[in-house]
Amino acid sequence: MAQVVEKQKVTKSKTPAKAKVYSKEMYLEWYRLMLLIRKFEEKALQMYGMQKIRGFCHVYIGQEAIAAGLESALIEGDAIVTAYRQHGIALGRGITPKAAMAELYGKETGIVKGKGGSMHFFDASNKYFGGNGIVGAQIPIGTGIAFAEKYKGTKNLCVTMFGDGASRQGALHESFNMAMTWKLPVLYIVENNGYAMGTSVERTSNVVELYELGESYNMPSEQVDGMRPDAVHEAILRAAKHIRSGEGPYFLEIKTYRYKGHSVSDPAKYRTKEEVKQYQDIDPVKMTEKKLLNDKLATAEEIKTIKEAIIAEIKEAVEFAENSAFPPASDLYEDNYVQKDYPFLK
Amino acid sequence: MSRKINLRDALREAMTEEMRRDESVFLMGEEVAEYNGAYKVSKGMLEEFGAKRVIDTPIAELGFAGIGVGAAMNGLRPIVEFMTWNFAVLAFDQIVNNAAKTLSQSAGQFKCPIVFRGPSGSAGQLAQQHSQTFEAWLANCPGLKVISSVDPRDSKGLLKAAIRDDDPICIMESEVMYALNLDTTQPGKRTYSFGKKTWETEGLPFTDEEILVPIGKAVIRRTGTDVTIVSFNKMMLEAIEAADELAKEGISAEVIDLRTIRPMDHETIINSVKKTNRLIVVDESWPFAGISAEVAYNIQRMAFDYLDAPVIRINAADTSLPYAPTLVEEYLPNPTKIVKAVKEVMYVNS
Repeated sequence: MAQVVEKQKVTKSKTPAKAKVYSKEMYLEWYRLMLLIRKFEEKALQMYGMQKIRGFCHVYIGQEAIAAGLESALIEGDAIVTAYRQHGIALGRGITPKAAMAELYGKETGIVKGKGGSMHFFDASNKYFGGNGIVGAQIPIGTGIAFAEKYKGTKNLCVTMFGDGASRQGALHESFNMAMTWKLPVLYIVENNGYAMGTSVERTSNVVELYELGESYNMPSEQVDGMRPDAVHEAILRAAKHIRSGEGPYFLEIKTYRYKGHSVSDPAKYRTKEEVKQYQDIDPVKMTEKKLLNDKLATAEEIKTIKEAIIAEIKEAVEFAENSAFPPASDLYEDNYVQKDYPFLK
Repeated sequence: MSRKINLRDALREAMTEEMRRDESVFLMGEEVAEYNGAYKVSKGMLEEFGAKRVIDTPIAELGFAGIGVGAAMNGLRPIVEFMTWNFAVLAFDQIVNNAAKTLSQSAGQFKCPIVFRGPSGSAGQLAQQHSQTFEAWLANCPGLKVISSVDPRDSKGLLKAAIRDDDPICIMESEVMYALNLDTTQPGKRTYSFGKKTWETEGLPFTDEEILVPIGKAVIRRTGTDVTIVSFNKMMLEAIEAADELAKEGISAEVIDLRTIRPMDHETIINSVKKTNRLIVVDESWPFAGISAEVAYNIQRMAFDYLDAPVIRINAADTSLPYAPTLVEEYLPNPTKIVKAVKEVMYVNS
């Protein structure tokens, strides 16, 4: 009774240079979310410097267009799982800046009560399956989340995100293989920011066009410009349509760039200032703002109002985090087991 | 009605009953469906439940264990079978870093009700890579529960309880003992048989009534008064055999079968030692930081004044297990080694 798998057509085409034109409201929504993520993380870095935030902290600055274009293309009930560079995705999912900032502070009012920190936000109500700290571990997990959607007979998919570093893990190949064999509703997205910590994509494999990895499994795959929310949105809509039709997974390589180091402790000496500037010149927040103004979709006054509102929201989030309490010591024994009377060794 | 059953069939009954009861339970692993299971534990299940719920995977332990974890986080109750726990080492990232941590990382928002099961331990001359035990490795990790059992009745009841449990659970079975028979058809008798060997044991009969065994409770397989022998998995049979030998010399040994490794039922061990004042631990895992060390630590901490002799443990040797039969014999615990240890704690000359 071996399952016969039809050979899938592989899409090699890159995103069209000129994306579809979207409404004023759409651009404003993307702009607001990208700016919120940017301001949130700039503040987080500042607070890290003041030692209010500790542990590992990986920021998304430069990659915000992906979070924006992603959320606007999904439907109610779709799930997301990603890696540890996750503040942006989590804010896009609907985790409030207050709950996110309090989590970075390790406070009990954080999204996971101060138990996860920067790498591990989760939000069951928004089907946000986390922030995973093991490079590539979320790839099979996202495949399993999608497996459950298919098993339950829903129309939903699971967006499974990872970085270019994770694309070299065996877990990716095992997952791609099973997801294609079983036609699971999973959208794989590699956010290719060019560097696995300090190691460039070129130095980790002979295959440097990451979307080509899908081809071994006959998985429809394409490369997307990740500096533009409209391009991301459009590619995800296209991928989601394919997945929801029951034809199985889709793989997007979204080309992006992180302006900061791998984590706060990384001075990023493995790349040139010129390279960073090249991307900052096409910064998604700046370019979207320019488009809003140039195309007269928003006035300078409106942009100013949006910025002020976001800065005020971030300020409130910091105050909320500052004024919240750390979890009590007794919380250590909570949430290790569902079993309420688990006999811990003490 | 009481009946005879072997471990293999008992485990299949557990999975089948739970899959009939709950649509969200499914079985996945290598060769579980069309091949009917590498050790025939899942024989006939594909026929009853179909390919949606009994799923053959490629040889990709990390991948399919992770798919199980994701499915469990998203509302299903997977049973993930490893052909042996030795291969599950490839999946430890998903078991230890993910299944065990999901509840804590998400502060209770996502649970991970998954069962990882398969055989572990020596199984003849299988050499270094196919003979290891993993109870100590996994029981070390908070977030997991660990079961290790070969008694057909109790293994069935524990697997059913594990499938219903909301925490991630690792179950260690035994390749050789899948053929271990339990006969409870004779009133008042409870007999294991394997090949030509038989063992008399205590415990409940195998009946047609639903069997659910609480996780975290040990059981006394042989009541005794002079020495306590703690064991689990197939070492329980070695302990019973040793108890039979000792009985011939007038020494009454109490044999405890832990059944669950984590959480461990220290109460049953302590109560027994309060009676016998002597403790031997028989454990197929390696001695260093093993289950036997955990048992010994707790007894000196909780029942120090009751001990009349130091605790002695009989483990697998502190080596890898080679192929040759003489080396296998030397490596494993056996009744002779147990009898010798008992006599040592009883200060009896052998």
